[in-house]
Amino acid sequence: MKNYELRITNYGIFLLFLLLTAYCSQLAVKAQIAVRGEQVWTMTANEPIRDGVVLINNGKIERVGAASSIQIPANYRVINAKVVTPGLIDARTVVGIAGYLAQPHDQMQVETSAPMQPELRAIDAYNPEEKLIEWLRSFGVTTIHTGHGTGVAVSGQTMVAKTVGKTADEAAIVPTAMIAATLGDSSLFSGGRAPGTRAKQIAMLRAELLKATDYNRKIDDAKGDAAKMPTRDLRQEMFGRVLRREIPILITVHRHQDIVTAIRLGKEFNLRLVLDGVSEAQRVLPEIKASGYPVLVHPTMFRASGETEKLSMETASKLKQAGIQFALQSGFEAYVPKSRVVLLEAGMAAANGLSQRDALASITIDAAQILGIQARVGSLAAGKDADLALFDGDPFEFTTHCVGTIINGNVVSEVVR
Amino acid sequence: MKNFAKCIFALLCIAFPAAAQERPQAYVGARIIPIVGQPIDNGVLVVERGKIAAVGARNAVRIPANAEQIDVTGKTIMPGLVDTHSHVGQVAGADGSAPIQPEVRVLDSVNVLDNGIQRAQAGGITTVNVMPGSGHLDSGQTLYLKVKDGRTIDDLLILDRNGKYMGGIKFANGTNPLRPGSTGPFPGTRARSASLVREVFVKAQDYREKIRRAGNDKSKLPARDLAMETLVEVLDGLRVVHFHTHRHDDIMTALRLQKEFGFRLVLQHVTEGWKVAEEIAKANVPASIIVIDSPGGKLEAVDLRYETGAMLDKAGAQFGFHTDDYITDSRVFLRSAALGVRGGLSREKALYAMTMAGARMLDLQDRVGSLERGKDADFIVLSGDPLSTYTHILQTFVEGVKVFDRSNPKDYEIAVGGAGVSEQTTHISCFDDIAGGSN
Repeated sequence: MKNYELRITNYGIFLLFLLLTAYCSQLAVKAQIAVRGEQVWTMTANEPIRDGVVLINNGKIERVGAASSIQIPANYRVINAKVVTPGLIDARTVVGIAGYLAQPHDQMQVETSAPMQPELRAIDAYNPEEKLIEWLRSFGVTTIHTGHGTGVAVSGQTMVAKTVGKTADEAAIVPTAMIAATLGDSSLFSGGRAPGTRAKQIAMLRAELLKATDYNRKIDDAKGDAAKMPTRDLRQEMFGRVLRREIPILITVHRHQDIVTAIRLGKEFNLRLVLDGVSEAQRVLPEIKASGYPVLVHPTMFRASGETEKLSMETASKLKQAGIQFALQSGFEAYVPKSRVVLLEAGMAAANGLSQRDALASITIDAAQILGIQARVGSLAAGKDADLALFDGDPFEFTTHCVGTIINGNVVSEVVR
Repeated sequence: MKNFAKCIFALLCIAFPAAAQERPQAYVGARIIPIVGQPIDNGVLVVERGKIAAVGARNAVRIPANAEQIDVTGKTIMPGLVDTHSHVGQVAGADGSAPIQPEVRVLDSVNVLDNGIQRAQAGGITTVNVMPGSGHLDSGQTLYLKVKDGRTIDDLLILDRNGKYMGGIKFANGTNPLRPGSTGPFPGTRARSASLVREVFVKAQDYREKIRRAGNDKSKLPARDLAMETLVEVLDGLRVVHFHTHRHDDIMTALRLQKEFGFRLVLQHVTEGWKVAEEIAKANVPASIIVIDSPGGKLEAVDLRYETGAMLDKAGAQFGFHTDDYITDSRVFLRSAALGVRGGLSREKALYAMTMAGARMLDLQDRVGSLERGKDADFIVLSGDPLSTYTHILQTFVEGVKVFDRSNPKDYEIAVGGAGVSEQTTHISCFDDIAGGSN
């Protein structure tokens, strides 16, 4: 009898616990927020909305418009800010793969045992608890394109992640985004190891792509017959997906000749190519334009040294003038600062020829488009993820603060930074 | 004949700027931020023979009749920036043979044609403390320079009353000078680092005592020792110790050494200075802050905050900023002040920290750091608010001579890049054009 009662009680407590958990998680997901801004940059128009409102419900944007046209429901939490923008997107970083300690155990962005390892996945190395992710989040960065870095010809995969999430799988919105490649001095080997020259690098890449073409053909010829399928090869599988245009190849190049080489390779194999870095872009603007390839441009304040010695704070504005699709990035830093903040880099671009709107687009909607995630993030529109950045002034002034960051409808940062 | 004309032209090029100095120049109509005193709208700055002859409101300053008047309406003028810690000039101090090398002079290694000098000019820096690196407990003597266009290092030196070039000495603690596991002369631990520094200062005290005892009897003087002579200058307060130190405990070690040996000290970097702000203030030791984008990159920088300036200020400590160029770019030095304001500092304190505070750390407060009558005419003309991202430095003047002009295509290329700002190029534009055959 007693035992039975106990069972009933336990069952009751368990039920209550279940109900509570469900209720709490609903609270977290179903947060209803109205963000009201003196300026709301939706990025769907060329100008911000003056005195605008963004209604957030169930993690998504419910409505966006002028305060005069939107009735804020009484049960919504109202958050006020001077300037509201879409959550910022860092179009290229290694944060999460490379940690802020800069010690061997937290530098996982490049593996040098072989020159080409497209099979290395970013999600297998991403640390969602990395301090720099929290740091970037406090500046309004809500989405990062991160992953393997520069240093070898093909270093591995990249991923697109939200700057929240307990696990890599939870954070990732595109687990395999691109294959990261690097051409030029920084990815050559020394001491007789191949590739030791630029020409060798391309010869090796072309050979790999031809092998993967063959691999793809065998798969096609098998017509689903498992017995006829080639033996699985993770490396060729990834190159094969690049050849099938399922995944773009991201090629980091700085010197003008390397930019042209990357384009030549992309055209030969009909690749979806994204150019990255491009310090000397101004010397080959017509070639980049004609290629139709988008560009992830070097950070505006990147250090000018070695292959980047001729970079310019005006690269972004010159790309814009040439009509080339581009986004800004924070890039990779080996020492201090361990990560740049794409907001500050965009501000500097806005001070060097880009309009305020175009600079903001380069870290929101334009970045989203190049990364192929524009249906979910990058602008403030009904149905999109409720990712917002809130500021107490012009976001590009170094003296302005980010006063709040919202991801998937949750206020994830209220630090004034 | 053609060559002769070229020569005459070249000579005029050299002679003209000097000649321009003879005639006073009045910069009229700008908002002037003198740093010492309130900002002046519609102000006048009169420059004569490389010095500031007058500064004030337009209706309060008498412009000399023979002065060349330059209209700078709508612009902002403030003193040239003082960078208390930089590595421009491709400098190298101590070598790998020993952890303490006071006898090594940066003076003997500056490349005045290094492009870093031009980056500094583009960033509005007119006075700089050029330092050797931090991989030693003491990597040698630093050098205070005016960021002029010089043919040799002598053109850039700042001389004291006795005609001696000015500079400090670089010390470092924390991880950079450590060589864990090494059996060589370098320390493997922090305690060993401190004890090696104490040992060498005790030795210097003995050396100084021997000199004192010798009095006028030259036969009793100890043999000349370049390292000891330098450290005696440090003990006598003639040479300031610029101490690279990041972590709170390392900052306290530097303060402890200062107290024991009584040398004059400037704390450099102070990444964790905010943790011991009260102690820094109490020691009455100034601190120069490095501002970088994010924490980390090295273990000692994991607790970096933009609030360091504000917290030092609140504690009552003296503080300034530095570039540590190449760590941060001289061209965007003003960003350090703006990010300081982002971290809670007042705008006035932030600009003071970029100028007068640095001048005081280098014992140059009577010559640079503010726009006051009698001081060196080191100033910058800006397109607007010095703390705004959108503002550009338009011109930089050192002792009345223009060393940077954004409207000059070559200078513009240095300011925004594209020219190869880390490449070594000469900057004597008159000669460049002739050599290039374009004239």
